Amino acid sequence: MEKKEYRRGDPNVPLLAVNGLSVSFQMYDNTFEQRALQVISELHLQVHAGEIVAIAGASGSGKSLLAAAILGILPDNATAAGELRYKGQLLVPKLQKQLSGTEIALVPQSVDFLDPLMRAGAQADGHRKPRPTKERRRLFQRLDLPKDTEKCYPYQLSGGMARRVLVSTALLADAQLIIADEPTPGMSLEQALAALKMFRQMADDGRAVVLITHDIDLAVSFADRIAVFYAGTIVEIANAQDFGEGPDALRHPYSKALWRALPQNGFEPIAGSQPYAGRLPKGCLFAPRCSRSTPQCAQKAPSMRALRGGEVRCFYAHGRPKE
Amino acid sequence: MIFHHLDQPARRGGRIALLLLKNSIRMLSLLFAVSLISFALVSASPIDPVQQYLMGIGPVSAEQRAEIEAYWGMDKPPAARYIHWLNALLHGDFGISLLYRRPVLAIIAERFLNSFALMLCAWLFSGMIGYALGCIMGMYREKWQDQVLRRLCYLLSSVPTFWLGLVLLLLFAVKLGWFPVGFSTPIGILDSEVRIWQRLHHLALPALTLSLLSFSNIALHTRQKMIEVMNSAYILFARARGERGWTLFVRHGLRNTILPALTLQFASFAELFGGAVLAENVFSYAGLGSALSAAGLGADVPLLLGITLFSTLFVCVGNMAANLLYGVIDPKLRDGVKQGGD
Repeated sequence: MEKKEYRRGDPNVPLLAVNGLSVSFQMYDNTFEQRALQVISELHLQVHAGEIVAIAGASGSGKSLLAAAILGILPDNATAAGELRYKGQLLVPKLQKQLSGTEIALVPQSVDFLDPLMRAGAQADGHRKPRPTKERRRLFQRLDLPKDTEKCYPYQLSGGMARRVLVSTALLADAQLIIADEPTPGMSLEQALAALKMFRQMADDGRAVVLITHDIDLAVSFADRIAVFYAGTIVEIANAQDFGEGPDALRHPYSKALWRALPQNGFEPIAGSQPYAGRLPKGCLFAPRCSRSTPQCAQKAPSMRALRGGEVRCFYAHGRPKE
Repeated sequence: MIFHHLDQPARRGGRIALLLLKNSIRMLSLLFAVSLISFALVSASPIDPVQQYLMGIGPVSAEQRAEIEAYWGMDKPPAARYIHWLNALLHGDFGISLLYRRPVLAIIAERFLNSFALMLCAWLFSGMIGYALGCIMGMYREKWQDQVLRRLCYLLSSVPTFWLGLVLLLLFAVKLGWFPVGFSTPIGILDSEVRIWQRLHHLALPALTLSLLSFSNIALHTRQKMIEVMNSAYILFARARGERGWTLFVRHGLRNTILPALTLQFASFAELFGGAVLAENVFSYAGLGSALSAAGLGADVPLLLGITLFSTLFVCVGNMAANLLYGVIDPKLRDGVKQGGD
């Protein structure tokens, strides 16, 4: 797949900028005391028009909450801190409500995200109905959806059809930023490839796609950049080809360990497990599992810094070893 | 598997006819069982219909009494009497009421209209109010609206019918004088001369009592369902597309909660009937319910059995209507993907 360089508007202003986003939940534990559970910590990310940024990480690391925070649909008991900007504009709730579903679109993962009692055509239109019915029919046709799909209820759709109906919502809205949350699980390889091709096409058309996934292989073959997500934050942002090249091209110890854990690279598991949101370590979130951690790592969390064309959150990440 | 879903009126019609047939068979067997059990209960009870009949005539000699017993078949075993009664029922003869000295069927027909008007008003009112309150509670879950309304629902569902009826009677009929104290028509006016608004005026208080008591049920169920819907993935997606508040409610909330609410409301016919008996007594409202209790207290066996059977029929029809309606509205059931609710 060819990855073209497209930029719309001011290339220096990213379409989406996430600066130091933290999300925490107010929880009552058994003593009825309120406690804040931090699920996303100090997250930084920039997404430009024309690219696919994959956010890769284990299940339960809080990736979907990042999507919810961007769209302004966090649960009531969640609070967000930090800054979100869309085309340089601060994303306040009012703007979020206005942009979500128009400029920023979520493409969810399964048929469960369709109202079981509403016909597919009406759901693709949504409450805004951004395009006339004729155009929507043409799009359905382009997405290989049979003619009578619009009259179907979700239970009558196959998994692949449902996903295409979900994708059609983003296309009809002509969204500039598409957030695809785990779009591939439960698909056959061909279906997953077809779905990712659709996202690649969207990005090549000048849109930006944030692909939330736990499948690194698929991310590597379709994304431009990969943000490695660990315990509620992004520890490294690497170009996709860095993952192809191997651990030396990668920057963060977790990314390297992740690479080694891939089946084709030795299937070597990482010792330990991701910390639970209530018990995050004080310093670097990866320190307890890191072979290179020092007392400094346990004390202070490293901040994101640029390194070799990517970004990393580690005190000890360094330039590439000399060949 | 995917494509034979499109509306096929002929097939759908056939399915509804089948559903109707199945429900009718079920209803007939239930009616038979109810007739058998209620007849057995009355036969086993200490009520002596001959004695009751004689009380209205005056003293008779032992021979005359024996003659009457023979004429009524009281000398025959209960099984034979039951078959005789059932045979008469099947020919449309429900017997003569001992209290009113008129055919049971005529009394039921006349009383039923009054009761039906009362129950229909209460049913519509409680259904609409209950559903609306349930939606509000579900949409404002754990906010003050929900807290206040939920407490109100708990309170109303634990209040006895007759007590609430008396309170409303005291307040609106005695103290404020807005509504008549009792009966289904004004006193001293011929039935044929009663105006429709006079009937409604008499209907208001009992209907209000009845609906106040039954709406909490549907309200609390709707609240639960609405919370479930609001936590669903499709609501999350709708919110991600910028739907909020009223739009969200109309497009998804309403659609996904109205079916369970309708089913519940139709299924509540039985409860409504039970409540009507009490409300009609408190308000001296001339309906089936007050006739039923009069028949029970006055040992009017034909009327008692007749009303029992009729109310069974009424409740069955209500439930059947709910089943059929569900089949018409729910796309899954309509297209016969899943034969639930049976």
